Amino acid sequence: MVEDISNTELQELIYIIQHQYGYDFNDYAKASLKRRFVRFMSHAGVTTLVEFKVRLQTDPAFFRKMVEYITVNVTEMFRDPGFYKLLREEILPRLATYPIIKIWHAGCATGEEVYSMAILLQEAGLLERSRLYATDMNAANLEKANAGIVPMKWMKDYTHNYIQSGGRHDFSDYYTARYDSAIIHPSLRKNIIFFQHNLVTDQVFNEFQLICCRNVFIYFNRALQEKVVSLFYDSLATRGYLALGMKETLLFSKEKKKFEVVNGPYKIFRRKL
Amino acid sequence: MTPATGFDIIAIGGSAGSLPVMGKLIRAFPPEMKTPVILVLHRLKNVHSELNKLMSADRQIIEPEDKEQVKPGCIYLAPQNYHLLVEPDGTFSLDYSELVHYSRPAIDETFFSVAAAYGRRALGILLSGANSDGAAGLLRIVKNGGTGIAQDPEEAEFEIMPLAAIELSHKIDVMRTDDIATFIRSKYTNK
Ligand SMILES: C[S@@+](CC[C@H](N)C(=O)[O-])C[C@H]1O[C@@H](n2cnc3c(N)ncnc32)[C@H](O)[C@@H]1O
Repeated sequence: MVEDISNTELQELIYIIQHQYGYDFNDYAKASLKRRFVRFMSHAGVTTLVEFKVRLQTDPAFFRKMVEYITVNVTEMFRDPGFYKLLREEILPRLATYPIIKIWHAGCATGEEVYSMAILLQEAGLLERSRLYATDMNAANLEKANAGIVPMKWMKDYTHNYIQSGGRHDFSDYYTARYDSAIIHPSLRKNIIFFQHNLVTDQVFNEFQLICCRNVFIYFNRALQEKVVSLFYDSLATRGYLALGMKETLLFSKEKKKFEVVNGPYKIFRRKL
Repeated sequence: MTPATGFDIIAIGGSAGSLPVMGKLIRAFPPEMKTPVILVLHRLKNVHSELNKLMSADRQIIEPEDKEQVKPGCIYLAPQNYHLLVEPDGTFSLDYSELVHYSRPAIDETFFSVAAAYGRRALGILLSGANSDGAAGLLRIVKNGGTGIAQDPEEAEFEIMPLAAIELSHKIDVMRTDDIATFIRSKYTNK
């Protein structure tokens, strides 16, 4: 079993992946990435680093599995209910003044965050004129997201989150239970589009009133966060909102002067000009 | 072979029964000690406020945000629901992936990252607890040239955690709380 990899070995892995598959992990946070590689090796039953390198180089399916594994895709509906409450009460009423509301979920994982947003918009009477762009670098995640199926076993927790976020409807109206799956109601899905976008290498593709990029920055080092903040700045309309995860912040970024803090604890920022 | 001028980082992990010991150690830190301290505690309710109560008013406990710089004179507490890692560039990173030893934060994860980033300049301390999280991490700190101390199992409210570490390596020192405090003070006050 490989317990640890050195910085040099980590660099080698990053190099192999970049040259063979074009994924750039150079500016991912090192300690965290290392931990993911080590855990994947034990998960995949790889016992030596040499074996790991060989398989990465010769087996594209193995590589895809590895990417899926290392880009943790843990997510929830209405994760951090207080955040959704703020969206409901303070942000959506402001967005309501736009004829078309464009929202980008960057790093949407398997879609739970996007469907939560669609529910909020629906309840605010805004879904019809909203366009939700949901992207991730991980194709397997997008496939699951696009299917609109959420494991039934989590629905109890999600219902609880929903109520805490200020939801007043019957949460089960938003999905159909089938065996162990909850199928999200198609009416919620019609203004969502899912596609692959890598925040490291891909560009601006539209202009948004709100960008949610939650729990993605924690993978990146400061330099990469900086770069992605610029990408978001360029993708936001003037006075557009940017929402990060609860432990993530813009405050270490040189770009912070271009944003104002709308809510400190919930990490909601707003593009100044 | 500990550095004569103290350490560059002190990481302390504990679970059941470790909170009072942590408080005691923190109160014993000499005022001139500027080494950053990282605390990792398992899921105990209100750890943060409990710890603040146990400490002197002049030291504040910070729950770091992602990529926050590790700063001298600060005491950090791993936030609930994230593993807390130190990067080689001296920033924290938070990790939201799977639980380790049924917990997040896990002591092992923090200790591994401390061992990799600080090598022989690291001091790791493992206190009372009812599972074996932290043992492998403490071993890694010692293997990478750092110093590892386990609380004397005889004194610890729960011996499983320090015992697990002690069984892994004879290079891990076994000390009672008072001796740990004296050891730390000796590293900072004899100049
Ligand atoms: C922990 S999930 C966050 C899901 C959701 N936003 C939430 O907060 O619950 C992180 C996601 O970021 C994606 N990700 C990681 N690096 C990325 C990159 N360079 N570009 C786009 N997505 C990325 C991963 O594939 C994963 O799905």
